[in-house]
Amino acid sequence: MTDRLLITSSPHIRAPKTVRGIMLDVVIALVPACVAAVIFFGVKALMVLVASTVSAVVSEYLYEKAVKRPVTVGDFSAVVTGVLLGLTLPPGVPLYVPIVGSAFAIVIAKQIFGGLGTNFVNPALAGRAFVLAAWPLHVTSAWLNPLTMDAATGATPLHAFKGGQAVGSLTDLLIGNRLGSLGETSAVAILLGGIYLLVRGVIDYRIPVAYLGTLGLGVFVFGKPGALFQGDPLRGILLGGALLGAFFMATDYVTSPVTPKGRTYFGIGAGLITLLIRYWGDYPEGVTYAILLMNLATPLIDRFVVPKYYGYMHDVEARRRAREGGR
Amino acid sequence: MESKRSLIGEFTKGLIEENATFRMAIGMCPTLAVTTSLVNGFWMGVAVIFVLTFSNVFVSILRKVTPDEIRIPIFVILIATPVVIVELVMNAYLPEMYRLLGIFVPLIVVNCLIIARAEAFAYKNSVIRSALDGLGIGTGFMINLMVIGAIREFLGTGRLAFGSVAFPAEPLFEPMAVMLTPPGGFVTLGVLMAILNILVRRAQLRKAKASA
Repeated sequence: MTDRLLITSSPHIRAPKTVRGIMLDVVIALVPACVAAVIFFGVKALMVLVASTVSAVVSEYLYEKAVKRPVTVGDFSAVVTGVLLGLTLPPGVPLYVPIVGSAFAIVIAKQIFGGLGTNFVNPALAGRAFVLAAWPLHVTSAWLNPLTMDAATGATPLHAFKGGQAVGSLTDLLIGNRLGSLGETSAVAILLGGIYLLVRGVIDYRIPVAYLGTLGLGVFVFGKPGALFQGDPLRGILLGGALLGAFFMATDYVTSPVTPKGRTYFGIGAGLITLLIRYWGDYPEGVTYAILLMNLATPLIDRFVVPKYYGYMHDVEARRRAREGGR
Repeated sequence: MESKRSLIGEFTKGLIEENATFRMAIGMCPTLAVTTSLVNGFWMGVAVIFVLTFSNVFVSILRKVTPDEIRIPIFVILIATPVVIVELVMNAYLPEMYRLLGIFVPLIVVNCLIIARAEAFAYKNSVIRSALDGLGIGTGFMINLMVIGAIREFLGTGRLAFGSVAFPAEPLFEPMAVMLTPPGGFVTLGVLMAILNILVRRAQLRKAKASA
C-alpha cells in the first residue's frame, strides 16, 4: 500500500510547455527579422546568421561532449542564442566575429555556469559584449547600405539622431530601409515576432512595454540637444537595437525576474540605463550593456520584490487585530 | 605541526596540488594586473620566487623567537627586506621591466601569497623545508603568470614576444583587444582555473578507484 502512495513536491499541475516548444516559438518569431535582414543586406547577412548559429550549436555539442554531459542541442536554445547574436551584428563583419562570439556566448556565458537555466546573463548579449570589446572597429563600423549592399561610410542613423539631425522617414525606419545591425533595421519584422511571442504566451508584455515606454519617455524629455520635452520618442525607439533587445533579449526567462512587478522594474531599469549610455556615455548604443546590467540585478529584484501571498496581512494591520483580539 | 612530506614533495606540491593562483586562489592582484604579456609574467614570477624563498627562510629561522602576538608585523618586516632588494636590483639592471611592472614590485610586500606561506608554512617548519616550499610555490606561481601572460599576449596582439625574439613575425589574425584588458584577464584566469580543477579532480577520482 505504502509504495502506491506517490509523494511529490509542487508543481502538481503541469502545462504542456517544454523548453523545446518555447525555443521553437522564439525561432519562429525570429524568422521575419532574419528574412528582412537577408532582403536588405543580401548574402552577407545570411552568412553572418548561418555562421553564428552553426558556431553556437557546434560549441554546445562539443562542450557537452568534452565534459560528458547530456547533449542538449535538440532543445534549440543554442539556435536561439546564435540567431540572436547574429542579429546584433552589422552585416559587413568578417565571419570570425560571429563564430567567436557564439562560441564565447555558449561556452563561457552559458555552459560553464551550468547550461540553460543557470546562466546569469543572456548568452547572446554576453557574446556580443565580448566581440564588441575584442574587435570594436568591426562591430561598430561594418555597415552596409540596404538593398545596394555596398559598404557604407558615415554615421548610423542613431548617431545622426542623437546629434539632432533629421533621419529618414518613419516608413523607412519601420520597414528597415536604413543602416544598422541585421536585426535592428526592420521594426515591422521585429514587432511581428514580438507579437507572435506575446500571443503564444511565451513572453510577458511587462518587460518590453516598461522598457520601451521608459526609453520613449526619456527620449521625449532629453532627446533634443539643448531643449527639454522636444525629443522624438518614436524614432528614439525605432532606431538602434532597443526593439530587438526589448522583445527577445530582456525577456529571457533565465535572466529576468519571475514576478510581474519585478519584470516591470527590470524593464524600467533597462530603459534608464539604455538612455544614460546613449546620451551621456561613450558608446553609440546602450541596449547590450543595459540588459546585461539588469541581468546582474535580477537576483536582487527577485529578492526584494516578493508578491503578497494568500492570506498575507500587513504588519500594522496584524498588530491592530491582535490588540483587538486580546481585548 | 611539522609537515610530513618528503623534501622533494615540499617543492613539487607548489606546482599543481597547492598551486597558488589556480588551486588556492591567492596572489590574484599581480596575476590579473601584470599578465598582459609572457615576459611580464616571467619577471614578475622571478621576483616572487626570490622574495618568497627568502621571506620563508627568514621567518623559519626566527620562528622560535617570534612572539605569537606580534608575528604578523614581524613577518611584514621580514618580507619587506627581500622585496626592497628585488626592487633596487630590478631598477638598476632591468629599468625597462621595472617601469612596466611599476607599483606591483613594491606591492609584493603585501601580497597575500607571501604572508600566507609565512603564516601557514614557514612559521611551523624547518628552514630547509621552508626554502623548498618557497621555491616550489614561487615556481608554480611563475608558471601561472607565464601561461596566462602567453595566452593573453597571443590573443591580444596576435603574436608572442620574448625579448627580441617574436613569433610569428606577423600577427596571424586580427588581435582581440579585449584580451589585454582586465575582463580578458578574468576570463583567461577563470577558464584556466576550471581546466586545472577538472584535471585534478579526474586524477583524484582515478587514484581513488585504483586504491579501492
